Parts: sequence; C-alpha cells; structure tokens
Amino acid sequence: MEALIKDIGFIIGTTLMYSTPLIFTSLGGVVTERSGVINIGLEGMMFFGAFVGAAVAYYSQNPWWGFVSAGLGGALLGLIHAIACVTFAAEQIVSGIAINFLGSGLALFLSRLFFDGATQTLTIPKKIPLPFSFLFGEGKLFKTAGFMDLVFNRFATVYLAFLLVAVVWFVLYKTKIGMRVQAVGEHPEAVDTLGISVYKIRYGAVMMSGLFAGFGGAAMSIAVVSRFSNTLISGHGFIALAAMIFGKWKPQGAMLACLLFGGAKGVEIFLGAKGFPVPSSLLAMLPYILTIIVLVGIVGKTTPPAAIGKIFDKTNS
Amino acid sequence: MNLDREALKSKFLNGSLGLTLISIALGFLLGALILLMAGFNPLEAYWVILKGIFSRSKYVSYVIIYATPLIITGLSVAFALRTGLFNIGAEGQYIVGAIMAAAAGYFFKLPLILHVTLAVGLAVIAGAIWGGLAGYIKARFGVHEVISTIMLNWIALYLSNFVVTLSAFGSQGTGKSYAIQSTARINLLSDWKISEAGIEFIRNHKILGDILKTPVNAGFIFAILLAVLVWYILNKTTLGYELRAVGFNPHAAEAGGINVKKSMVYSMVISGGLAGIAGALQVLGVSHRIAKLAAMEGYGFDGIAVSLIGNNTGAGSVLAGLLFGSLKYGGSKIQDAMQAPTEVINIMIGTIILFVAMPKLIRLILTILEKRAKN
Amino acid sequence: MHLTTIDFSQKSVEMIDVVKKFGDFVANDRIRLSVHKGEVHSLLGENGAGKTTLVNCLYGLYRPTEGRILIKGREVTISDPTVAIQLGIGMVHQHFMLVEPFTVTQNIILGRETTKMMGILDLSTAERKVAEISEHYGLAINPRDKIEDISVGSQQRVEILKALYRGAEILILDEPTAVLTPPEIQELVGIIRNLTQEGKSIIIITHKLHEIKQVADYCTIIRRGKYIDTVEVDKVTEMDLASMMVGREVSFAVEKTEQEKGELALAIQDLVVKDNRGIPAVNGLDLELHKGEILGIAGVDGNGQSELVEALTGLRKVDSGVISLHGKEITGSTPKDVINKWNIRTIPDDRQKRGLVLEFDVAENLILETYHDVPFSNRGVLNMEEIYAYGDSCTEKFDIRPSNPYLVAKSLSGGNQQKVIIAREVNNDPEVLIASQPTRGLDVGAIEYVHTALVNQRDRGKAVLLISFELDEVMNVSDRIAVIFEGKIVGVVDAKDVDEHEIGLMMAGGTR
Repeated sequence: MEALIKDIGFIIGTTLMYSTPLIFTSLGGVVTERSGVINIGLEGMMFFGAFVGAAVAYYSQNPWWGFVSAGLGGALLGLIHAIACVTFAAEQIVSGIAINFLGSGLALFLSRLFFDGATQTLTIPKKIPLPFSFLFGEGKLFKTAGFMDLVFNRFATVYLAFLLVAVVWFVLYKTKIGMRVQAVGEHPEAVDTLGISVYKIRYGAVMMSGLFAGFGGAAMSIAVVSRFSNTLISGHGFIALAAMIFGKWKPQGAMLACLLFGGAKGVEIFLGAKGFPVPSSLLAMLPYILTIIVLVGIVGKTTPPAAIGKIFDKTNS
Repeated sequence: MNLDREALKSKFLNGSLGLTLISIALGFLLGALILLMAGFNPLEAYWVILKGIFSRSKYVSYVIIYATPLIITGLSVAFALRTGLFNIGAEGQYIVGAIMAAAAGYFFKLPLILHVTLAVGLAVIAGAIWGGLAGYIKARFGVHEVISTIMLNWIALYLSNFVVTLSAFGSQGTGKSYAIQSTARINLLSDWKISEAGIEFIRNHKILGDILKTPVNAGFIFAILLAVLVWYILNKTTLGYELRAVGFNPHAAEAGGINVKKSMVYSMVISGGLAGIAGALQVLGVSHRIAKLAAMEGYGFDGIAVSLIGNNTGAGSVLAGLLFGSLKYGGSKIQDAMQAPTEVINIMIGTIILFVAMPKLIRLILTILEKRAKN
Repeated sequence: MHLTTIDFSQKSVEMIDVVKKFGDFVANDRIRLSVHKGEVHSLLGENGAGKTTLVNCLYGLYRPTEGRILIKGREVTISDPTVAIQLGIGMVHQHFMLVEPFTVTQNIILGRETTKMMGILDLSTAERKVAEISEHYGLAINPRDKIEDISVGSQQRVEILKALYRGAEILILDEPTAVLTPPEIQELVGIIRNLTQEGKSIIIITHKLHEIKQVADYCTIIRRGKYIDTVEVDKVTEMDLASMMVGREVSFAVEKTEQEKGELALAIQDLVVKDNRGIPAVNGLDLELHKGEILGIAGVDGNGQSELVEALTGLRKVDSGVISLHGKEITGSTPKDVINKWNIRTIPDDRQKRGLVLEFDVAENLILETYHDVPFSNRGVLNMEEIYAYGDSCTEKFDIRPSNPYLVAKSLSGGNQQKVIIAREVNNDPEVLIASQPTRGLDVGAIEYVHTALVNQRDRGKAVLLISFELDEVMNVSDRIAVIFEGKIVGVVDAKDVDEHEIGLMMAGGTR
C-alpha cells in the first residue's frame, strides 16, 4: 500500500516537472493567439530560451539570471515575429517557421562560440532551487522520498508556472488590458476606431508569448535537466502549441492539456524505471493519438478568436 | 529603351522571383553581419562555403545527395500549400515512407526494378495515408492541419523507434534496422565500384572517380521527375485547377461546384505521398536502413523552407532545394576550416524565409534606396 | 418638423476644401461640409463617391491630405480617433464595430474602462452608467446582454450608446438603415429626433433618397470625390437629389416589355433550412417561379435570404421540404449537380468571396463551373487554347474591360468583376438564374448593365429569381414580388399594382 502511494507520488511529481516547461510556453501561446497572432515560432523561442537560460546560468552561476535572460531572449524573437506579422503584414505561419529556424540557429551558433564549438552547454553549477526543501528530510515535517516529498518538493519553476496560469487568467478576464487583448483578437477594427492601438497591443502580446516561451525553455534546461543540448527541446514548443488549442485558447485549459502531456511522460518514466515490458515508444505515442481523438471530438464546439491569423492593416497615412 | 528597362525592372521587383532573390541576398548579408560580429571574416567564410560546394566534383555530388530529399519534401509542402493547406507533417510522412521502404527493402527478395518500385510504392501509400489522415480530419471535423500533422509527426517518430526494436526487423540493442537487400538499392554502379575495374577507373579518372566515391544514386532523377509531375498536375490538369481554386478561395470553389472537402483530402494524400517518396529514396539510396531517432531529423521542416523560398512551385522547389542542400553541405565546412559555427546557415535560412514573408518591407527598402539614389 | 432644433448661431462641424489622396487616386477633392448644432445633415453620393472617406477624415481614421477642419469654430487636427472622441465626435460604422462574444457593457467601455486599482475592471459601475444613458435616450438596451444574442437593430443602438457614453456631440451614422426593417427605421428616426433635441448634430451617410427626405435638414451631395452642392432638403425633390448624385437624369424604371409568364419552372414547398447556429432561418417557405418572369424577393437582411439561396444552390443542407424543377424533385442536390445537371446558375451576393477566385485570371474564372467539360478539358487534362479562346469571346461579348482574358480578376473594377460572373452564369443559358444582391456596391452604369442582363434572360423565356435588400431595385426589375419575413413568404404581389407602404409593412411582418 505504501509502495503504491509512493508510486503515485512519483508519477504526480514527474508529471508536474515535465508539464512545467509546456505550461509556460503554452501560456505564451494563449496570450499571442488571443490577440489574434498565430505563433508557431514558440518552438524556436523555447529552443533559444533553453540555451540562453543555461548559458547565462553557467557563466553567472545564478540560475535566476539564467531564467530571466531566457525570457528576454524569447521576447527578442517575439519582437522579430511582431515586426514581421504586425508591422509588415507577413503571413503569420510563415514568419513562425522563420522564427523556428532563427531560434535554433542562433542558439546553436552562440553555443559553439561560447562553449568551445559544442552544440551543448556545460553543466550549470546551480539549478533552479527547490523552494520548500526545508520541509523535507530527516527530522523535518515530511520524510525524504515520501509521497509529500515526491509531489511537492519540486523546483521553483513548477510553482511559478502554476502561479502564472492564475495570473494570466486574472489579467485576461478581469483587467482592462486583458479585455483589450481579447477585443483585438476578436475585432481589431473595432478596437482601432476607439482610439486604442491594435499594433501596440499585438506587439505586447507577441513579445509576452516570447517571454513565456523563453521561460519554458529555461524551465527545461536549468531545472528539469542542468544543461542545454541540441536535442533538448525537439518539439516541445509544438506540443505546447497543440496544448493551447486543445485547451480552447484558455489559460486553465492549456494547463490541463499540458498536464496530460506531462502525465504521459511521467507514466513513461515510471514504467521505464520499473522495467515494465511495455515498449516506451508506444507509450510515448499515446498522448499524441489522444490529442487527435480529443480534437476531433471538441473542434466545432469551440471557436478560436475571430480575427486569428488575419492581417490588420491600418491604411492610414 | 530606357522605358523598357524601367518596365522590366518593375516587373522583376514586383514579381515573386525578384522578391525571392532580394530576400536571399539579404539572408547572405545578415549571415555575413553575424559572422563579422562573432569575429570571423565573412568573405573568407563564404569562400570556404563556395569552395566546399564547387571545388571538387565529389562535393557537388554530395550537394545533390543532400538536396534530393529536401527538394521532394519541398514539393510535398508546396503541393499542399497551393491548396491552402500547411503541411507541417511532411516530416512524419517522410518517416513512415522511410519505414515502409526499409521494410520492403529488407523483407522482399525481388529483381531490381520490381523491388525498387515496390518499396517506393509502399512508401507512397504510407505517406499518402499519413497525409490523407490529416486532410480527412480537417475536411470531416475541421481540425486544423497544422495541429494534426504535428501530432502525426510524433506518432510517426515513435512508430519508427518502435519498429526498429522488433527482433524480426533489426538486431537487438543496436537501434538500427537490418540493411535492405541490394536489389532495393538505387545507387548507381555500386557493384562495379568495388570491382577491380571500378577501383581502377576511380583511381585513373579524377573527376568521375571523385563523384563515384560518394553514394551516387538515382534519387535526384526522381526529384526532377517529381517536380515536373507536380508542375503538370497543378497547371495542366482539372485536378490541379480544382486544387488551386480551393487554395485561393474555397468559398468560390464550393459555389462553383467543386467538392472542397474532397480536394483537401486529395491534396494531402498527394502531398503525403511525395514526402513518403523522399523518405523512401533516402533509405534506398543513402542510408539503406532506418535507425532510432532521438529527435526529428528535420527533412520535413527543411522542406517547408524549401517550398517557401521556392515560391511553392515545382521548379522553385528544385532550385531552393539545391540552394538549401549547398548551404547545408558547404556550410558544414566552415566549422573545421575556421571554427566558425556552421549554424549560421540556419540563421540565413530563417532570415530568407522571414524576408520572403515580408514583401511589404522589401518594397519599402527599395523605395527608400531609390529615393536616396535620386538625391 | 424639420429645422426646428437647429441652432444657427453655432457651427459644430466645418470641413473646408478637404482633399484626401491615396497614392495617385483622389478620393476627396476639395469637399466642403458644414453642420450646425441640432442639425441632421445627410451626405449623399453613389458607392465609391467618397462619403465614407470624408467622414473617416473627420473621425481621425484618415489624415486629410489638404484642407481644414473646424469643430465648434476651432481649427483642429484630428490625428486619430482618440482626438475625435475628445472633440465630441462619435461614429456608427456601417459594419458594426462590436466584439461579438463581449457584453453590451464591455463593448461600450472598451477604451474608456472604469477600473478599480491596478487596472482591474469595475463592471458594475459601468453597467449602471450604461443603463442610465440608455434610459435617457430611450434606447432600451440591457447592459448585460451579449452582442451575439441581440438583434441587429439593438446592436446599432449599442453603437449609438457607445458614442454617447463618450460624450459625443456630433454623431456620424454610416448607412444606418441598410440592415433595418421599416419599423426599426422608424424607431431610429425617433432616436435621431431625441438626439437633436438634446442639441446633438447628426451626419448621416446614405444613398436612399426618401430617408433623406424624411429625416435630414440639409444634404450635401458628392460625386466621384467632388463637392456638388449643399441643399435644404425640404426645397428639393427626390428626383433633384438623384440627378445631382448621378450627374445626369436618371430613370428609376427598368425598360422591359410586357410578357406573359410561362409554365412553372422552380417550385419550393414548405422548405426549412437551418442557419449556422442550428436555428431555422428558412421556416416553411413556399415559392413558385415561372419561365419568362423575374420574381423579386423583398425583405430586410437576415430574414433567411442567404440561407434560401444556399439551399437552392446546394451549399446548405435542406432540413425538410421539397425543391423541384420542371416537376422533378431536386432537393439535396450537390452544388455541382445544381449547376451542371439542373442548369441552375447563381450570381452570388458576395462576388469577391463566393463569385470569383480573385487570384485566377479572367479566363480561368469563366470556366469555374465547366472546366471539367469538353472542350475546356479532356480526360482530366486542361486545354489551354480553348480556355483562352473562350475567355476572348466572353470578354468581347460581355464587354469586360480591359478585354484581356489573361488579366488577374483581382485587377478588375467591381463592375467588371460582376460582368465576369454574369458572363459565366448567363452564357450557359441557365433554366433558372438566381441573382442574389447582384448590384451591391456597383455604380449606376454597372447597375443598369446587370438589370439589363436579368431582363434579357427573362425575355428569352428563362426564369429569374432576384433577391435584394434594396426595395427600389426589387420593385423596378421584377414582374412579381414575394416578400420574405422570418424565413417565410408572407405575400406575393404583382409588380404593376404594388404599393410601397404595403410591402414595407409586410417586410416588417405585417400581413396583407
């Protein structure tokens, strides 16, 4: 019985850890798409963020500098995406593809420059801390490797991700700026006629999505693992994008979808560790199959923001 | 005379070819800038790349081998795009094509032509199913193809990683499938190359011998034929007419009696089939087996770049594929020659796509330059 | 009734010699406009005459290239809508600027949000204020309703409320009656009266002459971007206004000879068709269309017209009921069968969305419904020579300009784009021609061309079904008129002995 509870604790804990990078990035997707700009460049932003986070954390010996820099790096790519899509009316998916090439290209280019020609960074000296570690251990409130330890003794990024879900939800639905972001995603011309700048809001939203995706990358490279490598991100940004749509463009929905993907990873790792004779590849495939099935079920009953992907061109001179 | 030149100039600059060439130039410019900032001599780097592409016939051969799958996945993406569908899933369709080709190449024992036809045919079917599935759930349920193909890519990747663990297909623990039969290989003169006469020939003929040292194969011929086929279907057939109409304006196409949903499925079936061929040719001509994938190999994603730079046409995909293949192969040389990161190529490709996506910006730059020139 | 509320001592708006250029194109060429406090001023002009451009300059959406704007006697530069709003200018756009999933209150406060600390919305305070203003002007709006759930008339009142919430003294209404039923129009007239009594100035853009006569004090006429005149409405006739607008004498009547209608062509019985939300938009509709007649369907937008056309063309599922052609049931046919098997052709209401593939050239657009037939293709392979030869003959026969089948459809003018569609639909000699809003957005010359094409078709003994929201058009072109209301035909009358008021009443749901 105790072993079973421990197992469940292990699965929940790993689920939380692997969901975290996805949640950050997926929230970035929510913010930009609610403002009407598709961003399939999340992958590149996450990739770049993962590198910047690890590189800065390595050189500054402070993971938090790494985390913040990763966000700024992502936001920089967001700025490029915004310039292309918002100011120069680029096709948003095409620009996103370009961002993916730029993000991975820049990350690997800089990695080779700063880490002796390698496409991975060295191991960082300090990972993101475990903020509640003081509660766990011999003679503490909870014992080591117990259920509570396995579930709650997690990196600060895990807590930050869930906090950010609440913040994004609150800002989007309860504040002035959130209402404006939603309005821009639904009917930019209406917003324009009221004297609010559609461009400024979209710039803000797209850069914010880069910021969050950058955080997502760092949550991978300096918390889940302790270095950046060229295969570290490999598609997580795309999964976060799918999770955002799966979650019907809502922060809370995106979070749940990310937990599903993270959960599949958690189960996969658990079964691997226990040496179950289930091929890990087939197991890893499951969440993707499930996503397609669920999307087939829900699409049509959910509507994306009305102005999504459409170019807003204010022919004002 | 002067007027003609003006007209020609405006046609060039407003046409897609002009914009693409300017975008490519800007991509090279930015690449140079980045190399310069990183402390490398960009002219030297570009010279190394250029030499790495053209200085030996062996290099040119490699460039073509690199470019072949990119051209075909480029054609795949371009075909779907002309119907208004963004096939991010060429990657997965490529993978299932490769699986089928590797399986057919290993399990069957047939004469050469038949064996190759069977392997490619099965790969086409697998790719077509993978692509058609995305087309079908878009047509039937309205699930955006970008999302469904991303999912299908991962399913394909894990499927590939699963099948290489099967004991009938690959030796355990190596993470590789068994090599395909020699009758399924499309390499040119591969037996003769290792015969005494062949070795003798390679030693004596510098240029041809150099080429023969590379895994020369018939893939590129396939790529060219497929480009012609894509061009023909799109521009000369009623099917192509329907698909283009749907791509430009599905509402008008529907009102005109065209079955839009069927067109979406057809388009993705053909697009997927093409990507499947790319995977098959890579197995039959270069790798001769499949192996466990730690991450996406990127042929499908690079195909998106090829398609976009090639303006989503058959000929454009061939040229863009060759450009991309050259840069990828030639670009790898600057690492050893001057320790300059080869990934500057990815940055250049990304920049080119970004500029291709912004004709508005390029026109703006041109008008500013023109005003400057006048003053 | 007119002029009584005008305060001639105060000019609220004065636009002097306003010029607006888009590149080389001059949209407004030295236009003057002067509006007093408490005045209703109408701007009259054809489609594309430059009315909307002018008011967009006033509202700060465009910057005039030249000219001066004075608000309450003070010269101003209106660089963007924020400035316009601060100056007390409000605008109700033709296409409503409302966020559908938002509530009335959210839409109204957007950009002027009432907040507690740190930008947190305070919706209840806002709702109270919105309710107050609504009551004051008799707008009857519930601040908590969602926009997607309320009627078009209510949405328009929300737009007016939005301007009033921002303290508008000058209110611009762009084509406000286009989407309203006759009773709703009367309500709007009442609201306009309330507003002028409060000293507000109203600028109303329209091309409907009797509405100008009914509501406006003064009228400024614009033609092809040029200022023509400003007149006191009570001193001119509708005919005068029309000829000033068009620049020549216009006859409202369409020339056509008397003709006996022939045998029954298209019959619709008890048709039910659901809209996108699953609500029956066509709800038990009966209609009979004969050979050799033009049957006009009159009605306000949103009473099931588009669903009816989509059902007839096979684009929308028929829920129940029977459609038959020459006595043969054709219900549930695919669009392709409707076109190619039954030879029912359609001029769609939105030519750029449904009618043309704008990126295709003219010849390619002309074969959109026949590309699969010989001679345009054979066994799936296109025959380019035949396609462009056909394009050549059509551009000549239908006077499509420029007469070049290789031109991309996008580059043609609206009128010539419509000619391409007419060529495609008419040249195959259809049994039934459905013309849905065939003159929308066209200028007078092109409108005449379209009407003539419809009459020709009728004269050749074919059946024509005309659907239009412009009552004038329906009355001028049709032989018989059927009035549609809430998805049903509420009355069919002969066009010869028709009474406009009676039709207006039926359009609003009154029975004959």
